[in-house]
Amino acid sequence: MKIINRFWIFIGVLIVLSPLGLLLPDHFKAGTAWGEWGSDEIRELAGYLPAGLNSLSDLWKAPMPDYAFKGWEDKPLSYLSFAYIFSAVVGILLIVLVTLLLGKFFSKKEE
Amino acid sequence: MHIPDGYLGPVTCGFFYAVMLPIWTIAAKIVKKTLKVKQVPMLAIGAAFSFVIMMFNVPIPGGTTGHAVGGVLVAILLGPWAACIAITVALVVQALLFGDGGITAIGANCFNMAFILPFAGYYIYKAVSYKSAVNSSRRIFAAGLAGYLGINIAAFFAGLEFGLQPLLHHTASGQALYCPYGLNVALPVMLGEHLLIFGWVEAIVTALVIKYLQKQDADILGEGGSKQ
Repeated sequence: MKIINRFWIFIGVLIVLSPLGLLLPDHFKAGTAWGEWGSDEIRELAGYLPAGLNSLSDLWKAPMPDYAFKGWEDKPLSYLSFAYIFSAVVGILLIVLVTLLLGKFFSKKEE
Repeated sequence: MHIPDGYLGPVTCGFFYAVMLPIWTIAAKIVKKTLKVKQVPMLAIGAAFSFVIMMFNVPIPGGTTGHAVGGVLVAILLGPWAACIAITVALVVQALLFGDGGITAIGANCFNMAFILPFAGYYIYKAVSYKSAVNSSRRIFAAGLAGYLGINIAAFFAGLEFGLQPLLHHTASGQALYCPYGLNVALPVMLGEHLLIFGWVEAIVTALVIKYLQKQDADILGEGGSKQ
């Protein structure tokens, strides 16, 4: 098999395994990455909510926040795992599309 | 290491957009000159790989999480400029679609993860594997070391960007406006967690894939990387 096809299979395996990135932190009671807290968390940690941070933190409304569907914050982990895999598929499809378009633009001459 | 909106002030955000603009332009020019049509799928795989590997949050039990970036591997296989473009695509999709990393911080996040990380990693790999045979174990070591150091140098810059905020922006009473933690906290935390845990994840991922490729398709190790 060509190496490029093996790479795609490898990406596919990673997509299927990706919920580990959700389940392991939950199992080991690990919280948010350092410096990526939401407003409530930072108020608790720092003792106050910095004014500039407060005004900027909701600047962008991502369509699938935290690799889940909107309003799914309190869903059980099985649901979130599904959303995580779905996010990985959507994200990768979009990335592949953008990269192929860029690549088409970049590599016009054949050697 | 994905800095969200609100943690960096306008000066820092603007500065890193201004720094990245010429880097993206040069990357586009160089990749346009060197990328062959048959390498385009590899560019897509590199971006996809970096995207999905960043979803594997690794826990520090009872503490925080972090992840590998995969960017050093992409740089070894495609060269640092193509890696810069591939990782940028991944980071922009993460920010826009999933809110992972802020849109005001895309410049800074790309500087750390799409520029510093692949370039540092690539040149460390080149230096340590210098004149070694394609299938030598020195190459595997070089890949691991490059992964470990590449992500740690990137984490150092992220810590620097976080930590400078209280100095740059604060109220008259001394309350920070953006990231509330100064260099004395941000630098040791960002570096410490990557030196202890996440750096090893990047090292192992990079070294294992290089080891696999040595067995399966050693040609690819001589391609993208050695050209630039």
